[in-house]
Amino acid sequence: MTTEIGERQLHEQELDRVTIRFAGDSGDGMQLTGTQFTRTAAVFGNDISTLPDFPAEIRAPAGSLPGVSGFQISFSSSEIHTPGDQPDVLVAMNPAALKTNVGDLPAGGALIVNSDAFTQQNLNKAAYAGSPLTDGSLKQYTVFEIPISTLNARALEGLEMTNKQVDLTKNFFALGIMFWLYERSMDPTLRWVDQKFSARPVIAEANKRALKAGYAFGETTEIFHERYIVPPAHLEPGVYRNITGNEATALGFLAASRLARRPLFYGSYPITPASDILHQLSTYKSFGVKTFQAEDEIAAIGAAIGASYGGALGMTATAGPGIALKSEAMGLAVMVELPLVVCDIQRAGPSTGMPTKTEQADLLQVMFGRNSDSPIPIVAPATPAECFDYAIEAWRIALKYVTPVVYLSDAFLATGAEPWKIPSPDKLPDIAVENVTDPSSYRPYARNPETLARMWAVPGTKGLEHRIGGLEKADITGNVSYDPENHHQMQVLRAQKVAGIARDIPPLDVYGPPEGDLLILGWGSTYGAIRSAVERLQANGRSVAHAHLRYLNPFPANTEQVVRSYRRVLIPEVNLGQLLMLIRARFLIDAVGYDRVRGKPFRIAEIFDEAERLLGPTTRESIAPARAARGRTHSRERKAKRRTGDD
Amino acid sequence: MTETNGQSSEPGLSPENQAVIQLTRKDFVSDQEVRWCPGCGDYSILAQTQKVMPDFGYPRENIVFISGIGCSGRLPYYMNTFGFHTIHGRAPTLATGLKAARPDLMVWVITGDGDALSIGGNHVLHSMRRNVDFKMVMFNNRIYGLTKGQASPTSELGKRTKSTPSGTIDTPIMPLTIALAAEASFVARSVDTHTEHLQGTLELAGRHRGSAFVEVLQNCNIFNDGAFRDFTDREVREDRMLLLEDGQPMIFGKDRDKGIRLRGLHPEVVALGDAVTEDDLLVHDAHAPEPYLALMLSRMWWPEFPVPVGVLRDVARPTHDELLTGQIDAAVAASGEGDLARALKSGETWTVE
Repeated sequence: MTTEIGERQLHEQELDRVTIRFAGDSGDGMQLTGTQFTRTAAVFGNDISTLPDFPAEIRAPAGSLPGVSGFQISFSSSEIHTPGDQPDVLVAMNPAALKTNVGDLPAGGALIVNSDAFTQQNLNKAAYAGSPLTDGSLKQYTVFEIPISTLNARALEGLEMTNKQVDLTKNFFALGIMFWLYERSMDPTLRWVDQKFSARPVIAEANKRALKAGYAFGETTEIFHERYIVPPAHLEPGVYRNITGNEATALGFLAASRLARRPLFYGSYPITPASDILHQLSTYKSFGVKTFQAEDEIAAIGAAIGASYGGALGMTATAGPGIALKSEAMGLAVMVELPLVVCDIQRAGPSTGMPTKTEQADLLQVMFGRNSDSPIPIVAPATPAECFDYAIEAWRIALKYVTPVVYLSDAFLATGAEPWKIPSPDKLPDIAVENVTDPSSYRPYARNPETLARMWAVPGTKGLEHRIGGLEKADITGNVSYDPENHHQMQVLRAQKVAGIARDIPPLDVYGPPEGDLLILGWGSTYGAIRSAVERLQANGRSVAHAHLRYLNPFPANTEQVVRSYRRVLIPEVNLGQLLMLIRARFLIDAVGYDRVRGKPFRIAEIFDEAERLLGPTTRESIAPARAARGRTHSRERKAKRRTGDD
Repeated sequence: MTETNGQSSEPGLSPENQAVIQLTRKDFVSDQEVRWCPGCGDYSILAQTQKVMPDFGYPRENIVFISGIGCSGRLPYYMNTFGFHTIHGRAPTLATGLKAARPDLMVWVITGDGDALSIGGNHVLHSMRRNVDFKMVMFNNRIYGLTKGQASPTSELGKRTKSTPSGTIDTPIMPLTIALAAEASFVARSVDTHTEHLQGTLELAGRHRGSAFVEVLQNCNIFNDGAFRDFTDREVREDRMLLLEDGQPMIFGKDRDKGIRLRGLHPEVVALGDAVTEDDLLVHDAHAPEPYLALMLSRMWWPEFPVPVGVLRDVARPTHDELLTGQIDAAVAASGEGDLARALKSGETWTVE
């Protein structure tokens, strides 16, 4: 017990990046464990990226394979874009967690298991014939078997708690071990425990004891021979916090309300993975935010349109199945030309699909999934922190063009986290617009000649009483019209209004050479994996660039010029080629897709490999010797063959 | 759950317009040509609506008519107020959002039996239970008119229509029973051709604070002519309809010689005379905290009973927008106006030098 750390010959190793995956039963508190480690790493100054992965069932049968919940965090001393392809360390709290996750652990990876959970009963539930701890099947990993449940229970002796309550704190024991292993302070988590359980001192004490006991175990046990240090990253100066996409989305809408100087009305029906936005906005009452949990998806958007009609920022959020239900009302918003933001936090479909898993397969639904030609602008943030900016941008467009706007996020962005440099409110754009108040010139469907936005007057404005509705409008007057030529003209006007937004958004930015062999074009949450793959390809001397669309309707004005500047265009998507279809149809270029629709984000290596395959063997000229020397493991083919075709 | 308050319905003057505004019916007539079929009961409902509008004291610009789809859905075009002709069944949802954002407005929802009880049934239930402060006028003609004559949720069992050539096999629902079950705080019925009664009923609905549900029995002379003739015609109406008056015994008949008495849990029609006096009759109480009586009345129908018209229920309880605004005011009172900079910095932060 008194052994000094020094006497154990403990080595400290500095690492640039570590990826840890916590996996356990969904009742084991893995999301909380991961979140606490994330906060601690973020506060320490690492760049971070996280990937929670949890089942849709709140409590699947304990110990079962479907009940496994995981949380992966990558933390680094340099800039990172993804939660890591593979974990370096896997913490498995039971056999089911081991079975479902160990396949992702590379050979030589560290495996920490709660050996207490490897009972015959749990092994049976995970369909293990024998114990993997003893049958030699884990010999390619560095295995640390720790009786976490027993050690934790001992640490909590004397507290007035049931055995079940005691067992529920074992995740903090595991967290304590990880804090010790990566030399992290326990303080942020201890503070969190005090705050969270202030009303339940025994529970607070138990969690603190569990955490400290895990940490002390790391310090005193003989099984660890190394500790690891991941120094802080060199982030831009400023005040930072850790933020998930849904948190950033909610804050972005709150900010938009302030910037537009209009109250926010948020109508929503509970649906994974959008509900957290409702939860968060419902705490902003002191900002005048009005939240409305509607009876269904249709009522949610109907109320949002009603609120916008009244002059508020009326908005709603949902996932794909909810968009299907809202489609008719979205068409109404197109017809009556009112500002509205509809968020689609995409998840795996079709139908109910895999509610907690990510996908980006609603693009064509939000683009075209309404009767008739019904154009709606679409924005899509690429990272969790960007969700803040594009929530504001969605409202800027909605107000300036008096139009519904779709904001496309997904489950990966929504629940994934990264550090966010907190902006100063006075640096945010002013997006306020004025309503029409002058009766002398008012015509409900007269338009701003520049934006084509119609004249927007709200109830309560004297002399501007008028009627709108879903029936076709006569140009200018807005009266009901069945005139054939008028209908054609109105269809064209609605389309032109949305198309014209291209003049008002930034050009598509290119990372890498302005022209070359390959452009990898993405949108949404594939950003991190694509950017990391492109960095590797460029380091390998490949002529590859990355462009990432944040505006999907309309496309930025230079999109065609960008996609025509490369010999090949590769579009990786977590769908079966939806942006691909739009790009090919719009620009008549032979872009190719790369689709992996598994409810999970892309791995960097997959995109890297696909790009390499597409590029073929490298040409002699493109391999600078220095580059080749620091080339990474994926350049295996490049010496073997020369690429045929042009040089 | 509910609070009895006989004087709950205050005039709905918006605060900035306490001064009497001298408007007339004509001020509420829009420049649009009315395009219902000649002879349609909707004309009368429109006229009575326009007539009562000046009484509420709201300036035109603070009144909004919101409708769904169906013949009734056209009404907002004919009102010289703000108007929104929305989509099928969803008018209550837009009205809910509008009223939440703008408690200062007077909001009317115009709907029909198909719009409110079929495609939009869910929204009727939930807007009523929330006590959203809008007045819903449901034109019940027991048929789909605009789609040219299919059975509606209120069509009588066995009714032959274009969509039910062998007769509908769906039991009809009673709109007022639905409204009461959904906790509506004001529930009433009137008839398109009984213009004075209709005006009076709309007036009371307009002055009610909270959800008001008014069923107007409306004749569709094209697809379901005479649906209510058996008891609404001038010659028979007094004998076949029960005019509800709060605090009064339930008496009806040309000679006021019939009444409604409770036997066990059921109402029965009785003849007044030596054996039965007024004291034996049910006395109407629209303000009763529990809606038992109103529920019973909502199920009475010709020919078993006279059809009740008037206010079945009128109770006071907080409206949706009052409660919503109340929570916001309480939050501001507790912690001050929200500070965006502070919200952005919520949670653990750190500084990179």
